[in-house]
Amino acid sequence: MKRRSLFLNTTAIMGFIFLYAPMIALVVYSFNKSKLVTVWGGWSLKWYGELFRNDQIIDAALLSFKIAFISASVAVVLGTMAGFVLSRYRRFRGKMLLAGWVSAPLVMPEVITGLSLLLLFVAMEGAFGWPSGRGTSTIIIAHVTFCMAYVAVIVQSRLSQLDETLEEAAMDLGAKPSSLFFLVTLPLIMPAVISGWLLSFTMSLDDLVIASFVSGPGNSTLPMVIFSKVRLGVSPEVNALATLMIAVVAIGVTAAMYQMRRQAKLLEKQE
Amino acid sequence: MSIQTGSAWVDGSGSHLAKYNLLNRINWGRFSVVAIPMLWLGVFFFVPFLVVFKISLSETAIAVPPYTQLLDWNLEDAYVNLKLNMGNYLFLFEDSFYIDAYLSSIKIAGISTFFTLLIAFPIAYLIARSKPTTRALLLSLVILPFWTSFLLRVYAWMGFLKKNGLINEFLLSTGLIDQPLIMLQTDFAVYIGIVYTYLPFMVLPLYSALEKMDITLLEAAEDLGSKPATSFFLITVPMAMPGIIAGCMLVFIPAVGEFVIPALLGGSDTLMIGRVLWDEFFLNRDWPMASAVAVVMLIVLVLPIMLIRNSQGKEETV
Repeated sequence: MKRRSLFLNTTAIMGFIFLYAPMIALVVYSFNKSKLVTVWGGWSLKWYGELFRNDQIIDAALLSFKIAFISASVAVVLGTMAGFVLSRYRRFRGKMLLAGWVSAPLVMPEVITGLSLLLLFVAMEGAFGWPSGRGTSTIIIAHVTFCMAYVAVIVQSRLSQLDETLEEAAMDLGAKPSSLFFLVTLPLIMPAVISGWLLSFTMSLDDLVIASFVSGPGNSTLPMVIFSKVRLGVSPEVNALATLMIAVVAIGVTAAMYQMRRQAKLLEKQE
Repeated sequence: MSIQTGSAWVDGSGSHLAKYNLLNRINWGRFSVVAIPMLWLGVFFFVPFLVVFKISLSETAIAVPPYTQLLDWNLEDAYVNLKLNMGNYLFLFEDSFYIDAYLSSIKIAGISTFFTLLIAFPIAYLIARSKPTTRALLLSLVILPFWTSFLLRVYAWMGFLKKNGLINEFLLSTGLIDQPLIMLQTDFAVYIGIVYTYLPFMVLPLYSALEKMDITLLEAAEDLGSKPATSFFLITVPMAMPGIIAGCMLVFIPAVGEFVIPALLGGSDTLMIGRVLWDEFFLNRDWPMASAVAVVMLIVLVLPIMLIRNSQGKEETV
């Protein structure tokens, strides 16, 4: 038993090193004075300065945040509706269809989603003149479409674990459907709704492929700008940007972990 | 109250009132909760595929948008002309380039999925067997990269793998090699990129399967004289099977249509169908051909995956 666990631990630790080594290297080299990314020229914050003076990156970042915020918010509303319908409504015409349409975007390759939405927008513009040209609004529509599927799946699985007796009790006590949802069901599924929003926000912020298809000229999102810079080779400004992103995520995950640890400690005490 | 008066009307009087009542009886709240998400997905998810199918049957043209219309008509001369062009599909099957790209995508995604499983299993096992407090820490360590940018994680490997990158510098300084290894822009780099970026997707379902496993089963097997390796393959692996299947699906599905990883880490000879579609669209500006590639991809790769997923979903509910 002992020897096997030693083998197990070493391979697992190697796995963690594999996971973190490239990210650590990225962070360290973002503080490198030298422009040559592999030559160490001493510590410096130079590339952070360059990053904040780069209007192209800053504009793209602002646009991406705006798109991610709106897409995540719309996707949460639509996705929660779809998830609620799928788990709480008894049979209705089209339920199978809705279930299929919710699960399909999860397995759809991004290139197909992007191409098909672009062709739809072009065809719609030809037929009714809307959307005229492509830009922020078409990217938002595309992001809402694939994010709402993820929200729906998360909300649906949360609802299926939930004790239905609470909702039944509220109905017995005469709650109207709308107050039943907003006063009982929604507070109960709030953790799922929040994680759906966060997941949508991150996915929208991260999307390169779909945005490239459906955006118009002059509407480059952050991943599109990064991709065009990185394609030409390693760039120290992108290292600085990556470090900032890793820092933000690390703070968020640490806060979440702190919460998880507190809960785990409570569990240990109970045991 | 209002419902009661409504039904009293129906009982007492003629049919037009009954009709009025029926319209009133549709629960508009319930109706819109169903209709709004369905309408959205119908318009922006389902209809686009019909458009793709339609355009795959047209021809490229120097026009805006760059394809010919299938249907053209002239009311004065009273003719309607429907022209379906099968040329794109014929070309797809005649030119071995496309078939090779489909097969090579499946091969690359399959091999990467296998290696992801090999690396993820010990990590998931370690997490599942650790104390609840360390477990939270280790789980966060696995989840953290998942929340950071996918594009930047792929980019991180460019700095590692290139000719004067960190791995080559390290190996040269230790004297293990005297010529830098060519790693970037090869299939090898693509495998690393896929394994690296999708590792969390494999670890999490494996962990949740292994966590549910009863450890006393292993102890019982040991007491009965089973060697650790035998218990592993006869007990742990079968118990983890749902997690293994779920993880492999979560890695294989996005990997097979991947564009970013072959574009940044692969060489010009790394064939993957996602990249072929992208180039067909953005470089050749051949929208009908890109559409045909998408339709075949949908039928050959996506539909089978959806059918497998559905059949699994049914087994679970049974």
